[in-house]
Amino acid sequence: MSKAESTETTPSEDGVIQSVSGPVVSARDLDARMNDVVYVGDEGLMGEVIEIEGDITTIQVYEETSGVAPGEPVENTGEPLSVDLGPGMLDAIYDGVQRPLDVLEGKMGSPYLDRGVDAPGIDLEKEWEFEPAVEVGDEVGRGDVVGVVEETVTIDHKVMVPPDALEEDETTEVTAIEAGSFDVTETVAELANGTEVSMHQEWPVREARPSANKKTPRTPLVSGQRILDGLFPIAKGGTAAIPGPFGSGKTVTQHQLAKYADADIIVYVGCGERGNEMTEVIEDFPELEDPANGNPLMARTSLIANTSNMPVAARESCIYTGITIAEYYRDMGYDVALMADSTSRWAEAMREISSRLEEMPGEEGYPAYLAARLAQFYERAGYFENVNGTEGSVSAIGAVSPPGGDFSEPVTQNTLRIVKTFWALDADLAERRHFPSINWNESYSLYKDQLDPWFEDEVADDWSEKRQWAVDVLDEETELQEIVQLVGKDALPDDQQLTLEVARYLREAYLQQNAFHPVDTYCPPEKTYLMLTTIETFNDEAFDALEAGVPVEEIVDTEAAPRINRIGVQEDYEEYVEELKADIAEELRSLY
Amino acid sequence: MKEYQTITEISGPLVYAEVDEAIGYDEIVEIETAQGETLRGQVLESSEGVVAIQVFEGTSGIDQNASVRFLGETMKMPVTEDLLGRVLDGSGRPIDDGPEIVPEERQDIVGAAINPYSREYPEEFIETGVSAIDGMNTLVRGQKLPIFSSSGQPHSELAMQIARQASVPEEEEGDDEEGSEFAVIFGAMGITQEEANEFMEDFERTGALERSVVFMNLADDPAVERTVTPRMVLTTAEYLAFEKDYHVLVILTDMTNYCEALREIGAAREEVPGRRGYPGYMYTDLAQLYERAGRIQGREGSVTQIPILTMPGDDDTHPIPDLTGYITEGQIYVDPDLNSQGLQPPINVLPSLSRLMDDGIGEGLTREDHADVKDQMFAAYAEGEDLRDLVNIVGREALSELDNKYLDFADAFESEFVDQGFDQNRDIEETLEIGWDLLSMLPKDALNRIDEEFIEEYYREDDSEREVVEAAD
Repeated sequence: MSKAESTETTPSEDGVIQSVSGPVVSARDLDARMNDVVYVGDEGLMGEVIEIEGDITTIQVYEETSGVAPGEPVENTGEPLSVDLGPGMLDAIYDGVQRPLDVLEGKMGSPYLDRGVDAPGIDLEKEWEFEPAVEVGDEVGRGDVVGVVEETVTIDHKVMVPPDALEEDETTEVTAIEAGSFDVTETVAELANGTEVSMHQEWPVREARPSANKKTPRTPLVSGQRILDGLFPIAKGGTAAIPGPFGSGKTVTQHQLAKYADADIIVYVGCGERGNEMTEVIEDFPELEDPANGNPLMARTSLIANTSNMPVAARESCIYTGITIAEYYRDMGYDVALMADSTSRWAEAMREISSRLEEMPGEEGYPAYLAARLAQFYERAGYFENVNGTEGSVSAIGAVSPPGGDFSEPVTQNTLRIVKTFWALDADLAERRHFPSINWNESYSLYKDQLDPWFEDEVADDWSEKRQWAVDVLDEETELQEIVQLVGKDALPDDQQLTLEVARYLREAYLQQNAFHPVDTYCPPEKTYLMLTTIETFNDEAFDALEAGVPVEEIVDTEAAPRINRIGVQEDYEEYVEELKADIAEELRSLY
Repeated sequence: MKEYQTITEISGPLVYAEVDEAIGYDEIVEIETAQGETLRGQVLESSEGVVAIQVFEGTSGIDQNASVRFLGETMKMPVTEDLLGRVLDGSGRPIDDGPEIVPEERQDIVGAAINPYSREYPEEFIETGVSAIDGMNTLVRGQKLPIFSSSGQPHSELAMQIARQASVPEEEEGDDEEGSEFAVIFGAMGITQEEANEFMEDFERTGALERSVVFMNLADDPAVERTVTPRMVLTTAEYLAFEKDYHVLVILTDMTNYCEALREIGAAREEVPGRRGYPGYMYTDLAQLYERAGRIQGREGSVTQIPILTMPGDDDTHPIPDLTGYITEGQIYVDPDLNSQGLQPPINVLPSLSRLMDDGIGEGLTREDHADVKDQMFAAYAEGEDLRDLVNIVGREALSELDNKYLDFADAFESEFVDQGFDQNRDIEETLEIGWDLLSMLPKDALNRIDEEFIEEYYREDDSEREVVEAAD
C-alpha cells in the first residue's frame, strides 16, 4: 500500500471515520458544510460531503476505498469542490476532479492510477508571457479583461477580473499592471479596491458562473456532418442529445463533432466510457488539424477522461468540471462546445451513490432529483452576454445510452424535455452500416427556423426549401416502404418507383457519411447544399423523362446518376458536381 | 492477529461480526468453524464495532461460535510465470496435483485503473482464422470483445477455435519471438463439469495447456467465489502481459453466472435493487473487469479479453448483455437460427461489431481493400436479409433481377463465408478472396462502397475466375 502524500491544507476540525461501504464513507465529529471537500483516511483520499445528519457526515470518495478502516481521520478543507481556472487547461487531459492525468502518471511512476495523489489542475510554475490590455488609470468592472496570454497557437487566453471581486455594475481603477513573464499565481494587475488579479481563478463546479443575459442563439454550430447541418442543425449555445443503443455510433458522432465543429474551444468529457476510446482521442487529436486554421486540434481542446473503471464519485463530478471550464472560456467571449459522453453514466453514478445512501428511489432506481440535475446541467449551456459585455456561448451535446436502446427510460425522457435538438441513433441503420446512423424520421431540431437566416445568407437563398424537399421525399419513401414490404417494389406505379430511387440517393449519398474517409469525413455546408441540388437535378430530369414516356427501368439504369454516390469523396466537388449535373441531364434527355 | 467469536448474524452468504478494532474495507477474513473447516471471506462493509463479511464458500456450517480472523490485507493473487500450465480453483489454489506454486509477487486482485494517458491504442490485428470475425468484425490486441450467446449454442467451440488459431501475422516472420509469447488464461465461472472437460480436453489435445492458466469455478462450487475468480484471472493476465511481456488472451465464461453471484450478494445485503434485481453498481463492477484489457505504453505485452455470456432468453436488452455492450469494444453474436441451419460457427455478423476494427485493418495491417469489402458485404447481406422477408410474401418471381442477386448473395455469404467449420483456419487473404468471389455475384455498379481502384483490381469479370467458391462447393 502506498504511503500517502501529505496534503497542504491546515488541520482544522477533523473527524473520524465511522463506517466504510464502497465509495461512501461516514464520519463522526466532522465540522463540515454540504459539498465541502474532505481528505479521507491515512492516505488522504479526496471526497465530498453529501449528507449531514446529527454529528454524522456522509462523504462520497473520489478514489478506491479498499483497506480504509473506521477510526482513520477525515480532514476538512472547508472549500467546495472547485476547479483551477487559468492558462494551461487547453491541450490538457484531466480525470473527473481535474487532476491532470499526464502529471499523475509522472507522480505515481506507474501506468496505474494510484490513490491519495493530488495535483493542481493547471501548472502553477509554468511562466506565461502576459500582455496587458488595459493601462494604469483605466476603470474596470467584474469579468473585464486586463490582459492576454498566448495559451496555445490557436487560443489567446484572456485574464479577467474575478466575478466575485466587485459588485455588479461597480468599477474600480487599475493601479498597477505590467507586461512580462509570470506564473499563474503571481499578481499581474492591482486594482484600487485592493484586488490582486492573477491568471489563476478558482470556481466551485456545482455553481454556474455569472452572466449578464442569456440570448436566443442565431448562429449554427457547423459540424461538417451532412445530416446534422443539413437536416437537424444545432445552434451555437444550443443543447442536443444523442441517444442510441450500444454500437450505434454515439462516440463516433461525438468525436466527429469534437473534430470538426466550428467552435473556438472544445471541452470533451469522457464520462464513464472506454479507456481505449479515450486513448484514441489522446493519440489522434494532437495529430489532427483544426479545420479552421490547420493548427493541432488539441490546441483548442480540453479533455476530461473518467473511464468506466475509475471511481464512481469522480464520474458524478466530471460533468460539472467540464461545464465549469467551458463557462470560463465563454466568459472570455469564445464559442465553446461541450461534448459529454455519456450522460447516462453520469446519471448511473448518481443512482449508485443515491442507493448507497439508501435514499428513496424514483423511477428505475434513479434518485428523484435526476430530472432537476439534468436540467441544471443543460441550463448552463446557452448563448450569453457575459458580465464583461462580450458575447460567448456554451453548446452542450450529451450522448445518452438507454438500456436496451429503449428511449422511454428516465434519462432519455428527462433529457428530451430539456434539449432542443434530438439526434436519435438507430440500431437497424447501424447494423447495415449506414453511418452516421441517425434516424431521420425520429430526430428533430427546434433551432431550424432561427438558424435558417444564417444558412440563407451564408450558403444559399433556398437552403430551407431544399431541406424541406429532401424531408418530403424521405417521408414519402417511409410510407412507400411499408407498401413495398407487402407487395414488392415492382407492383408500385412508375412515379413511386422513381421516388424510391431518388430517396435511395438521399439515403446513400447524402445522409451517409464516411467518418473514416479523409475527404468525406468533413463536408462544408456549401458541399452539403450542392449535393442536395444534384440529387434534385436527377429528380427533376428523371420525372421529366418519365412524363415523356421513358420506362422507369431505363431511367434507373443510367450511367451518370450513380456517380452521385461519389460526391462525398471528391475534394474538388464544385467542378465534379457541375459536370455531373450536366451529364445526368444529357443522359436522361437522350432517352426521349 | 486477533480472533473473534462474536458473530451476531448469519444471512445468506453474509456474516456480521462485532469487532473492537478498525477493520479495513475489502480486507480478507478467515472463519474457522467448530468442525475445524476454514472458510474465506471479504469485508463488504466496515463500521465501528461491526463488520459485514461476504463468505466465498457459503455460510453453511458456520455458527455463532465460529471464530473470525482478519488478515489485515486485501485479497492478493500470488503470481509467477510458473502458473502457465497449471489448473487452479476459483480462488487461485492449485487443484492439479502439481508442485506448490512459489509466487514471485503477490498482487492486489482489485487492480487499479489504468491511466488513460498511459494506455496505448490497440491496433494490431489478431488473425483468428474465422472469416466472420477477421473479415467483418476484426479483433485487435488489447481489445475486449465478448461473445453474446444463449443456452445450447456452440459458443465454447467458437472460443476454443479462437484460442487455438489466434495469431498475429507479422510475427510469423518476426524477430521478437523472445519478447512476446502468446498465453491463454481461461476463467470458468459456474460452468458445468462437462463443459469444463471439453475445454480441458481441447487444451490438452492441442498442447495449448502449457501456455495456459486455467481457473475453475464449476457450477457446484460456491457462487460467491465467482465474484473473485475473474479478478484472479485478470490479475494473473496483467502480470504476464505487463511484467513478463506475454500477449495474453483471456477467456471468461460464463459472465452471466458472475452477475447472478453479484445479485445474490446484493439481495443478501438488502440493497435497493436495480433492473431485474441486479445491483445498481453492476455497470461499475463489470467495467472494473472489462477495462482491465488493453495495452500500456512501453510494455511489450497485451491483455485481450473474450468474455462469453449467455443471454437469458436470447434477449440482448437484458441487463447483463446490455451493460456489457456499453463497456466492451463491440460484440460477436452467436445466432440460434444460424446454428439450427448448421452453420459453423453460427455468427450473425449484422448485429456483431468490432469498434477497434477500423484502425486495425487496411494497408500494411491486413489489406488495402479490407474496409471497403467489409462495408459492401455488410450492406449487401443486410439487403439480402431484408428481401428474404419479402420473398416469403410475394415469391422470387416478383422481385427484380438485382434483388434476386442480393438474395443469392445472402445465401452464399452464409454458406461460403460464415460456414467454415470449427476446424478450418483461414488466413485474411483467403477470407478477403472469398469476399470478392461473393461480391462479384453482384453487378459492378451496385458496389458503391468500394473504391473504383479496388473494383478494377479484384472484381471477377467472369465466373471462371471465381474458383474458390466452386472448389468450396
